[in-house]
Amino acid sequence: MLDLINIRKTFNPKTVNEKIALNGVDLHLNDGDFVTVIGGNGAGKSTTLNAIAGVWPVDEGKIVIDGIDVTPLSEHRRAALLGRVFQDPMTGTAATMQIEENLALAARRGQVRLLRRGITRAEREAYREKLRMLGLGLENRMTTKVGLLSGGQRQALTLLMATLKKPKLLLLDEHTAALDPRTADKVLQLSRQIIEENHLMTMMVTHNMRDAIAYGNRLIMMHEGKIILDISGEEKKHLTVEMLLEQFAKASGDEFVNDRALLS
Amino acid sequence: MNFVTLLNAMPGAIAQGLIWGIMAIGLYITYKVLDYSDLTVDGTMATGGAVCIMLMMNGVNVWVALVCSVIAGMLAGLVTGLFHTAMGIPPILAGILTQLSLYSINLTIMGGKANQAVSVTKYDLIVSSRYVRELSIQNPIFITLIFIVVLIAILYWFFGTELGCSLRSTGANEAMSRAQGINTGLCKILGLMIANGIVALASALYSHYQGFVDVNMGRGAIVIGLASVIISDVIFGRLFSNFALKLFAVALGAVIYYIVIQIVLWLGLNTNLLKLLSALIVALFLALPYWKGKLRTTRKGGRSHA
Repeated sequence: MLDLINIRKTFNPKTVNEKIALNGVDLHLNDGDFVTVIGGNGAGKSTTLNAIAGVWPVDEGKIVIDGIDVTPLSEHRRAALLGRVFQDPMTGTAATMQIEENLALAARRGQVRLLRRGITRAEREAYREKLRMLGLGLENRMTTKVGLLSGGQRQALTLLMATLKKPKLLLLDEHTAALDPRTADKVLQLSRQIIEENHLMTMMVTHNMRDAIAYGNRLIMMHEGKIILDISGEEKKHLTVEMLLEQFAKASGDEFVNDRALLS
Repeated sequence: MNFVTLLNAMPGAIAQGLIWGIMAIGLYITYKVLDYSDLTVDGTMATGGAVCIMLMMNGVNVWVALVCSVIAGMLAGLVTGLFHTAMGIPPILAGILTQLSLYSINLTIMGGKANQAVSVTKYDLIVSSRYVRELSIQNPIFITLIFIVVLIAILYWFFGTELGCSLRSTGANEAMSRAQGINTGLCKILGLMIANGIVALASALYSHYQGFVDVNMGRGAIVIGLASVIISDVIFGRLFSNFALKLFAVALGAVIYYIVIQIVLWLGLNTNLLKLLSALIVALFLALPYWKGKLRTTRKGGRSHA
C-alpha cells in the first residue's frame, strides 16, 4: 500500500525562481495497483516520484509505504522499499562496472553491506537466468562494462535491477522517453511482463497518452502540482485519448496545450 | 654530463618512486575509484611522517608508530569527508581546508619545528636511503615493493567485498547508488579515510627513507600522484584491466615519473623549476582527452556537411 497525504513542495522558496511543484498531492494505492501518471511539463509527475523516493525532503505531508512512514527517511534508507527506473538510461546503472556487478549491487538493496563477497558464483548463475529472460543476449556478456550497452539494453537492465529484489513499489519515471519507438515498445512490454509476474504496485510516468491508457489498471492526471483526474477499473478500459483531452479541459479549465502529449 | 652519474642516481629514483607510488595508489582510490579530487593529500603527505618520526623520537616502537601514522591520515580523510558530506562544502575546497589546517597541525606535532631528523644509526628505520645501492634485505626498493604488494592484495580483496563494491558504485554513479540503497556520503568518507591512510603510510616511509620529516614535504603531492596515475594510464592503460595490476601500474607510474625527473635534472634543469615542469606536464596530459574529444567532434561535423 502507498499513501501520499497532502504532499507539498516548493523549490527556491522566497526567490524570483520560486516554483510550487507539489501543491497538496493526495493518493492512495492498493497492493498490485499499476497506475499510469500523465500531465503536461512541470505538472509534478516526476516530482511526485522523487518525493516518494526521497531525493529531497518534502515541505509538508506524509508518505507511507507498506505501513511504514518513510517521510523522515533519507533516500538510501527508502531504497529498500522501492525499485526505480529513470528517464535517462545513464542514471540507472553504473557505466564503469560490469553487468553482473550492477546486478549484485541491486540484489543487496536494503541490506547492510559489509565484508562479504560483492558477488558470489551462485549469484552469477541466477543472474544469467534472469538476463536470459530479457532476450537481449546479455547473459553471454555478464562481465561487459554497462557503458558499452545501448540505451534500450541499459533500461532493460535497470528494470531488472529495480525488480531483482521485489520492491514494495516500482517507480518508472518516463523510462522509455529517451528510447527509439521500437525499443521503447520492447521495454514497455518487458515492464508489463515483470510487473504482472511479480504483482508489483507500480507508478509509471509517461508522456504518451496511448501508453497511459493501454497499461495499468488506473490512470491519474496531474496539473500544477495536483492530481486532477483519477480513473480506474471499467472506466479506464473504455478510455480514449479524445476523452482524456476533454476531461483535462474540464478538470483544469484549461486547454491541454502540451504538444508532446497531443502528438502521441 | 656524465652518464655514470645518472646511473648512480637510478636506485634512489626507483626507491623514491616506489614510496611515492604508495601515495599515488592512495590518490588513485579517490581520483579514479571515487571520482573525487582530494587535495587533503598535500597535508597528509607530511602528517604521516610527522606522527611516525615524533613517536619514534619519544621511544615508541617503529611499527606502532607506523600504524599511528596511518590512523592520523585516516582522521585527516575523515575531516575532509565530513566537510564535504555533513557541511556541504565542494570536494576541492573541503580538501584545501583540511590541507591548510594540517599545516598547523603538522607543525604542532613536530614540536613547532619545520623539520625533525632521525638518524638511521640511532633509530630502527624501516627504509633508509643509506642502503639503496646495497644488494641486501635492507634495500629500500625491496622493502617498499613488499609494502606495495601487501597493500595491493588488501585493496584487491576489499574492493571485491560488498562494502568495496558500494564504494566503487558511489564513484561510478551516485544517483544510482542511492537508488540501490547505498549511503553514498558514508562511502565517500570511508574512501577518503582509506586513501589518506595510505598516503600517510607513504609519508611515514618517505620520512624514514630520507631520515627526516619536513612540514613542506607534501607540497604538490597531488600533482605527483596525478602524474603517476596519468603516466600509468597512458603506458599500461590498454595492457591491464585487472584491478590489482592497475594499482601496480600506478606505482610503476610514480617510478617512471621519478626516473624522468632524475633525467631532466641530469640534463641540467634548475631544481627550482621542477614543480613548474611537473604541473605543466600534468596539465598537458589532463588536456589530451579533452582535445581528442574536440578533434573528433569537429571531424564528425565536417563529414556530415560534406
